[in-house]
Amino acid sequence: MPIARFWRETPRRYNLGGSRCAICSTVYFPPRSVCPTCSAHRQSLGKMEPFHLSGEGEVVTFSIVHEAAEGFEMQVPYALAIVQTIEGPLLTGQVVNIAPEEVKIGLKVRATFRKLREEGPAGVIHYGYKFAPKEEAGRGPGAGQEAEPATIPPVSPESSRARA
Amino acid sequence: MSYVVSKSCDRIMQQTKAGIVSYGVYVPRYRITPAEIGRVWGVDGFAMGQGLNIERKSVPAPDEDTVTISTEALRVALVRGKIEPQEIGALYIGSESHPYAVKPTATIVAHAVGATPNLTAADYEFACKAGTAAIQTCLGLVRSEMIRYGVAIGTDTSQGAPGDALEYSASAGGAALVIGRENVIATVNHTVSYTTDTPDFWRREGQRYPSHGGRFTGEPAYFRHVSECAKSMFKAAGTTTKDYTHVVFHQPNGKFPRRIGTQLGFTDEQMKYGMVTPRIGNTYSAAALIGLANALDHAKPDERILVVGYGSGAGSDAFDLTVTDALRSYDRSVGLPVQYFLDGGVELSYAVYAKYRGKIEMGAA
Repeated sequence: MPIARFWRETPRRYNLGGSRCAICSTVYFPPRSVCPTCSAHRQSLGKMEPFHLSGEGEVVTFSIVHEAAEGFEMQVPYALAIVQTIEGPLLTGQVVNIAPEEVKIGLKVRATFRKLREEGPAGVIHYGYKFAPKEEAGRGPGAGQEAEPATIPPVSPESSRARA
Repeated sequence: MSYVVSKSCDRIMQQTKAGIVSYGVYVPRYRITPAEIGRVWGVDGFAMGQGLNIERKSVPAPDEDTVTISTEALRVALVRGKIEPQEIGALYIGSESHPYAVKPTATIVAHAVGATPNLTAADYEFACKAGTAAIQTCLGLVRSEMIRYGVAIGTDTSQGAPGDALEYSASAGGAALVIGRENVIATVNHTVSYTTDTPDFWRREGQRYPSHGGRFTGEPAYFRHVSECAKSMFKAAGTTTKDYTHVVFHQPNGKFPRRIGTQLGFTDEQMKYGMVTPRIGNTYSAAALIGLANALDHAKPDERILVVGYGSGAGSDAFDLTVTDALRSYDRSVGLPVQYFLDGGVELSYAVYAKYRGKIEMGAA
């Protein structure tokens, strides 16, 4: 992928930067400049606000990949899922930090930051979002904005052992 | 000879209270045991692990590196501290495993957390103590009121050559500390350093794996620097071992920090939470910071913490901290506690570990 193209896409790949219609509040990812579903879509022109998705959602469907795309050979088999985000948009992404056979429809996930691919040993490294089970993930890219706190009990050796 | 902050600097430090506002940790999910590594190389790995006091070490997934680990740790810290990324004025990442030889890790992480563009950012390298060097830089900028928040990150995905003694301990993990003046949960009362030219461990340009001086890494390197730096701190802060509830040392293995702690007069109870390497291996630049994070996970207001980092080459940075009342309102339940990473994990065979770490030479298909 050309460097310039990936660089232009970093806001959405790094931070799940989408857009939200100021009129009907529909959220879009990738960002749109016009709201296509809004009854007043003509008026939405120029009123689409930048909006960061929280990265939280659940798996609505998935596939286990055994024949990897270039650059993913070391990770097979891995799960590629469509995730329904809590803000609405459907995102496609790899589900990591879980054995593929444990991925289920309805699995609660959160976006995590991972290496996507490398342009060979001397080329640029591309980073972006993947998904991880909510318990295993840290915080999503839009974590400060309208995200629910992780449901981790107070710190104590006992509670940690119970989760491990 | 040790370096102790001058009296005028110390006065500034006392007048302008600054310290840790928030912190976050991330350790990759995979683990491998010394016994499994030894099995491949015809060595009694179990005994090796016992000698090093390492039960297992963390292993990054193929899509994890210093950038991704740092980002995960910092995102947790920002949410816990309710810190607006745009308020970050400086971001420094200490590591000896930056993905690029030329191109900063710090810019990628700053962008990934939404802190760009109005901040200064740079990568640090000082073997295992680059993260503590980043804390000192942030303290200077915060205390001089040049910035509101500074971020110091220590992260590594360190590697030992196949079969080398380092392979039994070199692991991966990261910790991010946000340094500021407001809502400080642990005030940094003093910081001192001890630095010499000691060639105990190095990696030349273009070399894949580091080299080390074997037993030379002990007495003239780790023990001398950590011991002298800790003593400098006792002198600068007017403290003794009894003043500290928790003590954290750099931990290249589980044996060195326990030995230096005992030599200095600390008890096992004081070292308990600061010791994380036995469960996750040596996370290099992150080792002391993850130990500090674990101490903070269990700390109570008014407790005092001593941190002494160490980086080969060589140098030690020490920090004398006091936990504040702000810790009561600081939400440690957000994100994952260090204990989660110490207890959890999925064990790998050496073959999968070698694949994940890129130790297998892949020919053309």
